[in-house]
Amino acid sequence: MAALEEEFTLSAVTLGARPDGLLGVEESDKTDHFLVTDRSRTVILYKVSDQKPLGSWSVKQGQIITCPAVCNFQTGEHIVVHDNKVLRIWNHEDVNLDKVFKATLSAEVHRVHSIQGTEPVVLFKSGAARGLEALLAEPQQKIETVLSDGEVIKWTKFFVVYRHPVLVFITEKDGNHFAYVQMFNSRNLSKYTLLLGQEDNSVTLSFTAYVDRKFIFLMSLSSDGCIYETLIPIYPSDTEKNQRLVRSLLLKAVVSGIPPNGVTLTILDQDHVAVLGPPRPSSKECLSIWNIKFQTLQTSKELPQGTSGQLWYYGEHLFMLHGKCLTVVPCKCGVSSLAGALGKLKHTQDPGTQTMPHHVNWEISPGCGPGSQNSVQLRRTLRRKKNEVSLQPEVAVSEAAVSEQLLSTIKNGSEKHIEVELRKFLAKWTPDSHTAVGDIITGLLERSKAEPSFYPRNCLIQLVQTHVLSYSLCPGLMDTALEKTDVQMLQLCLQQFPDIPESVTCACLKLFLSIGDDSLQGININMESVFDYSNTEQEEKMEEQPEILRNGFNPEDSNCKETASCPVMRKRAALLNAVLHAAYSETFLLPHLKDIPAQDITLFLQYLYFLYLKCSENATMTLPGKHPPTLSQIMDWICLLLDANFTVVLMIPEAKRLLINLYKFVKSQISVYSELNKIEVSFRELQKLNQEKNSRGLYSIEVLELF
Amino acid sequence: MGEFKVHRVRFFNYVPPGIRCVAYNNQSNRLAVSRTDGTVEIYNLSANYFQEKFFPGHESRATEALCWAQGQRLFSAGLNGEILEYDLQALNIKYAMDAFGGPIWSMIASPSGSQLLIGCEDGSVKLFQITPDKIQFERNFDRQKSSAIRKMIVDRQYMSVSKRKCIVWGVAFLSDGTVISVDSAGKVQFWDSATGTLIKSHLIANADVQSIAVADQEDSFVVGTAEGTVFHFQLVSVTSNSTEKQWVRTKPFQHHTHDVRSVAHSPTALISGGTDTHLVIRPLMEKVEVKNYDAALRKITFPHRRLISCSKKKQLLLFQFAHHLELWRLGSTVATGKNGDTLPLSKNADHLLHLKTKGPENIICSSVSPCGSWIAYSTACRFFLYRLNYEHDNISLKRVSKMPAFLHSALQILFSEDSTKLFVASNQGCLHVIQLLEGSFKHLHTFQPQSGTVEAMCLLAVSPDGNWLAASGTSAGVHVYNVKHLKLHCTVPAYNFPVTALAIAPNTNYLVIAHSDQQVFEYSIPDKQYTEWSRNVQKQGLHHLWLQRDTPITHISFHPKRPMHILLHDAYMFCIIDKSLPLPNDKTVLYNPLPPKNESDVFRRRTAHAFKISKIYKPLLFLDLLDERTLVAVERPLDDIIAQLPPPIKKKKFGT
Repeated sequence: MAALEEEFTLSAVTLGARPDGLLGVEESDKTDHFLVTDRSRTVILYKVSDQKPLGSWSVKQGQIITCPAVCNFQTGEHIVVHDNKVLRIWNHEDVNLDKVFKATLSAEVHRVHSIQGTEPVVLFKSGAARGLEALLAEPQQKIETVLSDGEVIKWTKFFVVYRHPVLVFITEKDGNHFAYVQMFNSRNLSKYTLLLGQEDNSVTLSFTAYVDRKFIFLMSLSSDGCIYETLIPIYPSDTEKNQRLVRSLLLKAVVSGIPPNGVTLTILDQDHVAVLGPPRPSSKECLSIWNIKFQTLQTSKELPQGTSGQLWYYGEHLFMLHGKCLTVVPCKCGVSSLAGALGKLKHTQDPGTQTMPHHVNWEISPGCGPGSQNSVQLRRTLRRKKNEVSLQPEVAVSEAAVSEQLLSTIKNGSEKHIEVELRKFLAKWTPDSHTAVGDIITGLLERSKAEPSFYPRNCLIQLVQTHVLSYSLCPGLMDTALEKTDVQMLQLCLQQFPDIPESVTCACLKLFLSIGDDSLQGININMESVFDYSNTEQEEKMEEQPEILRNGFNPEDSNCKETASCPVMRKRAALLNAVLHAAYSETFLLPHLKDIPAQDITLFLQYLYFLYLKCSENATMTLPGKHPPTLSQIMDWICLLLDANFTVVLMIPEAKRLLINLYKFVKSQISVYSELNKIEVSFRELQKLNQEKNSRGLYSIEVLELF
Repeated sequence: MGEFKVHRVRFFNYVPPGIRCVAYNNQSNRLAVSRTDGTVEIYNLSANYFQEKFFPGHESRATEALCWAQGQRLFSAGLNGEILEYDLQALNIKYAMDAFGGPIWSMIASPSGSQLLIGCEDGSVKLFQITPDKIQFERNFDRQKSSAIRKMIVDRQYMSVSKRKCIVWGVAFLSDGTVISVDSAGKVQFWDSATGTLIKSHLIANADVQSIAVADQEDSFVVGTAEGTVFHFQLVSVTSNSTEKQWVRTKPFQHHTHDVRSVAHSPTALISGGTDTHLVIRPLMEKVEVKNYDAALRKITFPHRRLISCSKKKQLLLFQFAHHLELWRLGSTVATGKNGDTLPLSKNADHLLHLKTKGPENIICSSVSPCGSWIAYSTACRFFLYRLNYEHDNISLKRVSKMPAFLHSALQILFSEDSTKLFVASNQGCLHVIQLLEGSFKHLHTFQPQSGTVEAMCLLAVSPDGNWLAASGTSAGVHVYNVKHLKLHCTVPAYNFPVTALAIAPNTNYLVIAHSDQQVFEYSIPDKQYTEWSRNVQKQGLHHLWLQRDTPITHISFHPKRPMHILLHDAYMFCIIDKSLPLPNDKTVLYNPLPPKNESDVFRRRTAHAFKISKIYKPLLFLDLLDERTLVAVERPLDDIIAQLPPPIKKKKFGT
């Protein structure tokens, strides 16, 4: 949905607006503040919501401003150029432009560009561009000539693409148009020739553009009333100079007839453009908002007093000269949807209130911000594929196409073939296409179910490692892995999935406990969570000073030598740790724990007891290693296991010893804590003594220097 | 900017009294807070939580209950058995009425605001009718009949819920008939008032749950426990779209170390206060529309007024406590040093005088004259003036007797720079000017308030040449009087936010005014208009970090030799504003404690700005310039306050 709101006038008299309009409207460093430069001598700073000017500056009589004033967002200063070569920089407090910083340059300036997040850029009429800081360091430096003789800059725009400033400008020579893309980081200038199709006698009247990560989408309004779109690659693919770019038709019959001041096109967002011009021959001038995605006219507004054919758009405000007044039209573009484009969207909000997006775009996770509009892009690229093929074929193959391709391969291709296709897909993959990943996994599992011999393990592991999957997105995966006793896959799933049902967790545990040692031998398992328990260094240390209790752990009491060795092999320990880390809810887990055989329960308890002892060996109560189970996880699992299987465990003779040890150990810990509680007051006094040492006296004279 | 010797004073042994009651007024968005010493403070939540008014305490008047009724009338009741009404305009007590029921433990206004209910020690509940200018006893309820009252809170009502004797510390009666009780067993219990049955019980603490407050919509309430925890309960739907709702404990907050004696529930925030003396305002994120600085937690510990005055000539500090004054002489040093050094003292600070008040009332305000030979203070009904004589190390103190009858209470006392005049703001809006002579005084003039206003003046400032006197109340503009011609000179236009500090600059006679929204204005008294600099500040706006500070500026002073400098401070920083430098914009670093290195001129040009801020001394209660090169800073570290509080409930530290 796009809507134009009630217009308001910024000023009627103060602007010496001549029919040829303003020089420019530019954003200032505060929101809602805009710099308006007229064609003679004056720059005015407006606060739009208050509809009042905050400051006004003029150059001397006889001087003339030649480029719209801009704001340097890095310093908050304003920059203007007068008499083509004289650069002025001033602050908000400065009153007289004559007394502010002045730099006379060696060449004529076409425009100064400035946007948030980067330093301003000065574009010379010769086509050369310089960063402001570099220019000010040596104002008289020689400026090279880039453009050929007679070539004139028609339109310029400055972007930041992934923190890289990019300047694009269009020139004209003898009716031919050229596009230049200047990269500032690599100081790379690329030139393209714009081919303007067969409709020969049409003249391009206005340009506008937006960028995504790879392309500049240049839109042009032609005198035949149509809007065309041209894609300019930001990063040149090859070194060949003077590439040609074709344009494609985007919208037809937007305007008809050319008023004396011309027509203007301005992009509002990726789906909306604003057009200023007469919609029908001999009609009055009109401001219209078009949805280019669905090619519909969203709204329009008649401007009976005529305009200067200029239009600026900043932050939901359209600026134009209507009659002799600088007029602001607030304009809002919602998320483009078919319902919105057709005007069928229910409009429930008061016009005054802050807009919320009407549609939740599920494909854009909140917080991802502007980088995540790829899904829109995706469809767009598909539609535009034809145009691009001539330009850059390898870019045009989109990820959607790859995933389609992959899905068809999965149905009947060989495992090798699928792997190759998958690699292609993952190369183009972005975190937004998790549904595509889910589709692929489902496809693979379906085929695996139909053909028992088909189990593309590598592919599945690669897909799980994309970190976007969850249990609910591919419910069959863990079941299949359990069937195939693929413990590596199960470990990976336990680590990655946030939403594994307790029954499946328990089934994994069952498998991990019962699987034979020899079958674990050859399997590659992530050992991150397991510390090398066979390392006996610590034990030796403890044996040297056996009298010392460590967190209540008395080696003589609990037969240290017997329990200090890990009851399971390291690979199994890694698998069990994965289960310990998994999220669960007690109520749902308890009934499943009862199904585990008694022998396995004993083994698991032994392992947990071992971990508990290891934990108690140091003061911080943690296990060594990169991602070890925490003490509370271990304790919770011990409690759970005992709760679920207490009667069974009591019956087994070999578990009896374990239970007694566990009981003794917990008892000794409780007594330690109660002792600690008794001497807590003493600790506090010690702490207080420590603090007093640090604190200064009640009175001192100190030296302070303020800068 | 300069190097200063700073007298860093930490011997101001001030402990704010604990909070007993908090009461929120929805109509004016104000909060009344009563403390254990009987002081009642009014906070304006719309004006950046500024403490705009206060009523001094009284030894025998322990406030146990506080409530708003009939819009914006404030009542309190306490252990002396009296009900008090406060005059919020004149800042005094309108009347005190004995309820004849022994100590009063609780009080609440009826929902319509026309009746007042009190719970007394003898077990009776009394109903008072609120008339336009007083309250009138209406009837007495026995215990059995008290269920007829729709909504009330009675402390000390015994119920045998558990085997142990359990004290119900608070109850709330909801309009659907649910009664919520909080008790000493740590439980929050829901009862059906029709059947008298227990509906639900939440065990939330090992210690007492001491307070409860319900939101106006009755969809959420807050309780405070003796462990310092505050719990938020909300009425939420059982499932996402069912109409059945139940009370759920949603959020625990631990902002206190001691008992939370009282809680309040404003539409957007939970307010709690207790023995640890902090007033905590915790906005509810789901109720705050704009996620700006208003959504941040506020913890108010120190009063927003000055308790310290200073004699520059004699290097004396006068500390004001509830019932006594202390006069200290600062030490001295002959050493010099570089930034950050602590200099060896050649003479330590001396405690010269400990002056106890007579009578049970708290001191409202006090002042020591710049020459150091006069001390004046005032309680709610008496004004005291003392003459000090210094003979070597001996000090003799002589009270100036026979104060005129009109001088019985003052809200603010100020001496002129040459200590020949005394300015007293009394609570009917009058300003008295008194000429001080050796050992006696002469009443010169009284500036009467503007006709029709009775608003008390709480802030005074006099120009160093003694010609101008500025006075400000809590809401109207600042009045400037010409002391020579004894007439009103002009009135600075009223601003939306209350004034927090005032001062007049030497030579220029520019009046600098700080407001609770952190704006600073400079007004030229001779020209009767804002100065160019002040206009510039308004045009450009202050730095956003400056505006986001959460304590008000409490003191402004000037450098005697540098007319372009303004020195001001709040509780966490002090700042010297150099008016000759450009103002910082939002992109510049406001607080830049590091010295500039040899960087390019471009960098200096961009970073040097008018606000020189130091955050070394905090919490800072007072800061002033003694002379060109000497500052005095009075700090009150929070740890020292905590050390003087009773110990909190012991919690197990090990094996939890």
